[in-house]
Amino acid sequence: MSEEFKVEIVNPEKSFLVKDDVSEVVVPAFEGEMGILKDHISIISFLKPGIIKILSKSGDENYYVEDGIVEFKNNNLSILTSTIFNLADMDKSKQQDLLKEAEEEANKTDINDQSKYLADQKVEVLKTLN
Amino acid sequence: MASLDDLKKRIASVKSTQKITKAMKMVAAAKLRRAQESAEKGRPYSEKMNNVILNLSNGISDKENAPKLLSGTGQEKTHLCVVMTSDRGLCGGFNSNIIKKAKSYFLKILDEGKEVKIITVGSKGNDQLKRVYGDKIIENISFKESKNANYFDADKVGKMVIEKFEAGEFDVCTIFYNQFKNVITQIPQAQQIIPLNNEGEESSSEESYEFEPDEDEILSNLLPKNISTQIFKAMLENSASEQGSRMSAMDNATRNAGEMVDKLTIEYNRSRQAAITKELIEIISGAESL
Repeated sequence: MSEEFKVEIVNPEKSFLVKDDVSEVVVPAFEGEMGILKDHISIISFLKPGIIKILSKSGDENYYVEDGIVEFKNNNLSILTSTIFNLADMDKSKQQDLLKEAEEEANKTDINDQSKYLADQKVEVLKTLN
Repeated sequence: MASLDDLKKRIASVKSTQKITKAMKMVAAAKLRRAQESAEKGRPYSEKMNNVILNLSNGISDKENAPKLLSGTGQEKTHLCVVMTSDRGLCGGFNSNIIKKAKSYFLKILDEGKEVKIITVGSKGNDQLKRVYGDKIIENISFKESKNANYFDADKVGKMVIEKFEAGEFDVCTIFYNQFKNVITQIPQAQQIIPLNNEGEESSSEESYEFEPDEDEILSNLLPKNISTQIFKAMLENSASEQGSRMSAMDNATRNAGEMVDKLTIEYNRSRQAAITKELIEIISGAESL
């Protein structure tokens, strides 16, 4: 029991997910994937497009996010994100739509390096899903 | 005195108006429940966001080089006001209350010899402001197509505000909206979002965080998001307030229409009785004279 902590994912519209029996969460932090276990030091970081893996007793879950902020404090992990999808509910056509959108964005010429990088990331992650 | 026929017509017309206001009240009540729910659901996000930013800005060591969105441009010459109103009318004092609040703010700013720029969100606010401040309105946005307030729309407004800020078009940004207290009371609010006003708020914890990457980078990434979040929060509060305000306005209208029908019905009955009495008198006096 002692190896579990609480995770909460909120998006602007609602509290997306609350779980308190999580053993590990892997988040796509901006400088690389980051695994968080219980008693991690307090940390604030932000996310790039990628997959959040939540490992818990009641089963593992995978979510696709495009951006967000993670805050870990006192064994509470909060993830704030504006775009999140549960991979289990995401069908092929939805993936294709997102991929198309991301590719269009990545191919734009008038965007700055950072948004270009983010768009490329999106394309990459979405491609690995298919 | 109006003829019987006229009275009858008026009663019918008031009754049909009453039916409409009643239906509008019912619709507003149903929408209110949904809007209120989403306003409540949206709160954790903006609260958490606020908390993180608070923690971050406390952790920043070099205040002078803090991002401009946090610390401001160092002057207060040009004020940008984002006035958020509804797209539809018939909602009591909802729109005029915001406009009143915004106008008094404009006057104060203009009195100080500073410049005002206005962005209106929602067509009703634009209608009311363009008469007096038409030359100050730089942008008018309306989300008539989207049924409910959604984050995507708020993000659009937020991005626009930030773009203008980075282009140096203004120094201070304030948003005006109605805060939903309950169905009867909505409080017009002026909230300053650039530079971020955190005075008087204490961080919830003294704990120090580890940041990855460093504070500055996270902050410069987070602050634009916070703008959108605050605008989204305002939009949610606004839509709940709009429905609440409309509901009570329509409730009043329905009641007033009912009173009017009662009054007209009494008048109608009285004139009918008067006509009957008159006819009777004529018949009796005609018979007597024979």
